[in-house]
Amino acid sequence: MCGIVGLFLKNEDLRPKLGDLLTDMLITMTDRGPDSAGIAIYGDDSSKLKVTVQSDTPDETFRGLDKALSDALGGPVSMRVVDTHAVLTLPEGTEAEARAYLNEKGVRVMGAGHSMEIFKEIGLPKDVAARFHVREMGGSHGIGHTRMATESAVTTLGAHPFSTGDDQCLVHNGSLSNHNQMRRILTEKGFAPKTQNDTEVAACYISSRLAEGANLGEALEGTLDDLDGFFTFVVGTKNGFGVVRDPIACKPAVMAETDDYVAFGSEYRALANLPGIETARVWEPEPATVYFWER
Amino acid sequence: MQTIDLSTTPLRELNSSLQAQSENTNQTEWVITNPKGAHAIAVGLDAPIEVTVKGSTGYYCAGMNQQATVKVTGSAGPGVAENMMSGTVIIDGDASQYAGATGQGGLLVIKGNASSRCGISMKGINIVVHGNIGHMSAFMAQSGNLVVLGDAGDALGDSLYEARLFVRGNVKSLGSDCIEKEMRPEHIEILKDLLERAGADAKPEEFKRYGSARKLYNFHVDHAGAY
Repeated sequence: MCGIVGLFLKNEDLRPKLGDLLTDMLITMTDRGPDSAGIAIYGDDSSKLKVTVQSDTPDETFRGLDKALSDALGGPVSMRVVDTHAVLTLPEGTEAEARAYLNEKGVRVMGAGHSMEIFKEIGLPKDVAARFHVREMGGSHGIGHTRMATESAVTTLGAHPFSTGDDQCLVHNGSLSNHNQMRRILTEKGFAPKTQNDTEVAACYISSRLAEGANLGEALEGTLDDLDGFFTFVVGTKNGFGVVRDPIACKPAVMAETDDYVAFGSEYRALANLPGIETARVWEPEPATVYFWER
Repeated sequence: MQTIDLSTTPLRELNSSLQAQSENTNQTEWVITNPKGAHAIAVGLDAPIEVTVKGSTGYYCAGMNQQATVKVTGSAGPGVAENMMSGTVIIDGDASQYAGATGQGGLLVIKGNASSRCGISMKGINIVVHGNIGHMSAFMAQSGNLVVLGDAGDALGDSLYEARLFVRGNVKSLGSDCIEKEMRPEHIEILKDLLERAGADAKPEEFKRYGSARKLYNFHVDHAGAY
């Protein structure tokens, strides 16, 4: 099944509550997927690049990582450790070098961007959200996922959201049937997925289209032509938030919009406690129709 | 009037109370507050009671209903009034996928839009949708009436049996073996009655009727291309 939630704020006053609202939405969707959970959150726009990394042995792996990376890159690196994840802030222009270094040291990169941070682990949403203190996080928008594994193993790397480009992420409910073929095509284009997970292929697809100059709407439109299978995708970019369902549309989706926010949930339950939901415009997104908002 | 608050009463308790009402109960009016999209609200009822759900419901609201009138003041999730036998279910807002699926009797009224697969495999239920319906609606529908005041999505009535489909707006496409049929006086009568019972402001003459071409009832090699 899987449960997806997303919240894109229009009212700046709600920013401090983003993590709190997303956490409640995600916990409500627990029974749609108890295998793993994750969120991507777009916080304050930093002038420096942030890379979120993960390790199963954080005490050991993260000890002195900032210093070692700083020496390797020849510039200041700061690090914020949150449970099994750490957010590294890098000097400008060092991303490729930093990724190579982290890869060599066996540190998993979950995502990178100037505003996006990403946290995901095996376990129930309430536990994952508590471990990463999601409730205390603020920001402009975020997406979350609680997974019932179908296409690949229950691992941290198999958890959603998947981030395959700076400040980009994607969550998925469904299963893709042409992901092996797409994986080959994307790999040739230089957007190789790192895992065997079908959702990462979709994330790489969006990244490849954005890199080719498509806007978010066009990239989402492309999934309808090029990806086969069942899907509801919710995508975050630095300034945007998008939703698309396949033409058969058997995976559920509900959206709500008020003057303050746009919200997405796999079920209405996820939206039921949002402020002002009683008077919100609530609708089911149409099949094969792209919805997106950008600020 | 009995009021049950779902923020303090467990769902099982609510459904047990409603299901325990007998044919001759004097507790005929029930109000359910704070549904917040919960699943399986007011399912399996079998008494002439009136239940009003104040808010929006999740999956399978009012499933398997007999005799009862269930009204939802918000929207309903997937599978509302699935396999209804008799009684009435009224949704003030929209309904999600497969509303009224496999229903064998009774009346389902959706005042907003219904999404895909509305009335799939319906077997005698009457469904009146004030707004639009989505794709694959009335797929393999066997009997009963589906009335749509708005538009219908792709593949309406695919592999249809004897159900009657009445659509006032546009039909995006017809499914296999579904064709437009003439409106005879008896159809105007059926439609007039249903529109009146559903509180719908529309004239029967504004609708087109669709039904089965009856080519797919039994396999016939000359029709192989239609499958």
